Formats: sequence, structure tokens, C-alpha cells
Amino acid sequence: MNAGDRIPPLEIPVTRTLIVAGAIASRDYQDVHHDPERARQKGSPDIFMNILTTNGLVGRYITDHFGPRAELRRVAIRLGAPNHPGDTMVLTGTVEQVDGDTATVRVVGANGIGTHVTGTVTVRIPA
Amino acid sequence: MSGDRAIHEENAGFEARLKAYEGRPAAATGTGRDPVNQPMIRHWCEAMGDTNPAYTGPDAIAPPAMLQAWTMAGLSRRSARTAAYDELLGLLDASGHDAVVATDCEQEYLRPLRPGDEITFDSVIEAVSERKTTKLGPGYFVTTRTDIRAGGELAGTHRFRILKYAPARRPKASNAPEERRPRPVVNRDNAGFWEGVARHELLIQRCTGCGTLRFPWLPGCNSCGSPEWDTVEASGEGTVYSYVVMHHPPFPAFAPPYAVGLIELAEGVRIVSDVVGVPYDEVRIGMPVRLEFRRYDDELVLPVFQGVAP
Repeated sequence: MNAGDRIPPLEIPVTRTLIVAGAIASRDYQDVHHDPERARQKGSPDIFMNILTTNGLVGRYITDHFGPRAELRRVAIRLGAPNHPGDTMVLTGTVEQVDGDTATVRVVGANGIGTHVTGTVTVRIPA
Repeated sequence: MSGDRAIHEENAGFEARLKAYEGRPAAATGTGRDPVNQPMIRHWCEAMGDTNPAYTGPDAIAPPAMLQAWTMAGLSRRSARTAAYDELLGLLDASGHDAVVATDCEQEYLRPLRPGDEITFDSVIEAVSERKTTKLGPGYFVTTRTDIRAGGELAGTHRFRILKYAPARRPKASNAPEERRPRPVVNRDNAGFWEGVARHELLIQRCTGCGTLRFPWLPGCNSCGSPEWDTVEASGEGTVYSYVVMHHPPFPAFAPPYAVGLIELAEGVRIVSDVVGVPYDEVRIGMPVRLEFRRYDDELVLPVFQGVAP
């Protein structure tokens, strides 16, 4: 593991089911994550993925790559273009820094309308 | 002007009221609705498609990124929110900033959570921004920081930022007029051009002093200075000299994304207009295009360029 290493991309089909299942699994009942009509009333063209689901997917992306022994220490994300049903989000990652057994990874998730998420994950991979 | 100033001062006063909530608790001694438990972990992993074996079996830990889920009130309405935080959100709601979207989440995990862990948490209002203009509408960013404990021991921290905004795009009433494209500004220097467009002719100015073609229309020749001119009609053939794809910001009557081309006409002059008939992401420099006239409403016709398959 070296700075500059790229993590293979992970493609996430953004289905209506994923958006609703992620919202409910995170106990987030904000209407914009399950009710298209209410989402439109608030200026959005459709429901959109909640931040907790994005957070979970970013965490999964890192542990899928580094394996079950990897320990997430920090996940910091910022959302941009929303994930609406029918889109696809492609997560990509680059190792920014390695300090002993701990790596900092820059993660970007791009969808059809722009950058959905940018973030930094700190992960420890015990030797 | 005095009206503007009054609005500005009113706004500054409102922002000061919002700022006063910084440092006040947002949630006090909240308790997780359920202890950390295997069924909620499994539901989370199923939703995320996460098959990490660390989250199953007798030594299972909860997915660290699930941290916030253990603090959520869900539909129980048993919120640990303080009166101060309710007041702040109420002030924003009452001023029209009643829609909410989460923008940032920063979590640090100090120790893994395991089934059986009892969750408690405290939260503080860290920051309230000044008024910001965003794509969704004008609003205020509110940042909270939450300490999450398991069995009384600090297990993680969670910084969360939301945007409370006044939606810019309220749905249109069904009888609302369609948004129309902006009207061209027609003056005596370019009136001949728009008269040509009305006849479905794209007219290029030609200096009668030196013969140089020019576009857009101007009162005089940039080459020789002569004010005398006539016109030639463009053949309609051209190529994409350059282009941009508009994603943001959205304008009324325009549906992003769409491609705007700088078209080099066969006659050598260039014109800016929409590239139509090909997907926005397939427009390329050098792509051949052909002029067509498109009617947008009962009074507006514009020259646009149809991409020609190679």
C-alpha cells in the first residue's frame, strides 16, 4: 500500500429501492428520501439518497477493498449533486497518505449529473 | 436604496439572532432507541450491499459508518433535541427556510460498537453560517457535533452539517404560463440580422469597402473601418469550433444539460448557438453541423445547429 495507489472503482446502481432501503435502515424518515411528491414540493425532481446511505456506501467501498480486518477510523464526506433513482454512482479512491498501518484515502463518487460525494477516509489495516 | 438598506439591516439582525445559538446544546443526554443490535446491523448491510464478515457472527461489530443510525429518533418522535435547537430550526422555518438537506458528515470512530452496547449522546450547535445562495435556494448551514457513548464510554464523534433553505424551484401551478426564452435585443445595428432570421436566412455582414465578412453584426468594419456594408446569406454548413455543456445554473426555459457551440460557418465567421439533434455529451470539436431554424414560441425563431453524423 503506497500513496498514489488507486482503488478499483465500485459502480452503485442508484435504484429507488436502494434509496428507500438505505433511508429506512438508517432510521431516516425525511419525506424527501421516500415520497416523490413531497420531494418535488421541496424543489427536487424526485427522491434522493440520504447522507447516511452515502456514508455507508463509502465505508463499504473502503472495507470491500482492504478486507474484513480493515478498521475504519474516520469518514468525512461532503455531498454535491444528489443521487436520484435511475442514476449510477461510480466510487473511485486514491490512497493519499500512508502512516505505518494507517492510510488516508480520498474518495469521489460521480453520478450522471456531477459529483455526488467527495470525502476522506482514514483506515487502519493491522499487519 | 433605503429599502435595500432596511432589508440588509433586518437580515443582519436576523443573522445575529441565529448566531446566538452557537455553542448551545442541540441534544442533551439522548439515549439510543435500541441498544446496538444484530437485526439493525443486518438491515443496514442488506441495504448497503455490504457483505463484510466483520459485521456477522458471534464477534460481530456494527459497521462504523452506521454510527449516526443508533441516535436516530425514527418515527418515534422521541427526540433528544433541546429547546434551543428547536427554536433555531423554528426561526429558520418561520423565515421560509423550511426545507432541509444534509451536506456534510464527519465521523471519527474511537472504538467499535457491538451488539448489546447501550448508546447515549450529547450534541452541540457548533456553527450557523451567514445567508448563502445555493442551487436549491437561499439558506443557512447549521453544523452540530455529537459525542456518542457506548456504556458511558466515548465511542465516536459525529459532525453533521445541514442546509436549511427556501426552495428556489417551488412546483409551478398547473395554470402557470410556460417559461419563455429571453427575447433578443434588437437595435438598428442588428435589426437586419433578425429580419433575416424571421425569413429563415442567416445573414453575414460583408464590408463593401474591403470585402471582409463579419459576425456578429457591427456598425463598421474592423479591418478597414468602412461603415458601408451589404450581406451574404450563410450556406448553413459549419463545424463545431468549440463548445461548452451547461449543467448549472439552470435558467427558466432551458433544461440542462445542453450543449452550446461556437460554430465556425463555411464562410469563415463564427456564431454561438445551441447544438441540437445529438446528445450533449457526444458534441465534439470539429463535428460537422448544419443550420436550422427552430421556433420556440409564437414570436421567437432562432438559428440552431444540427449535429451531422460523420
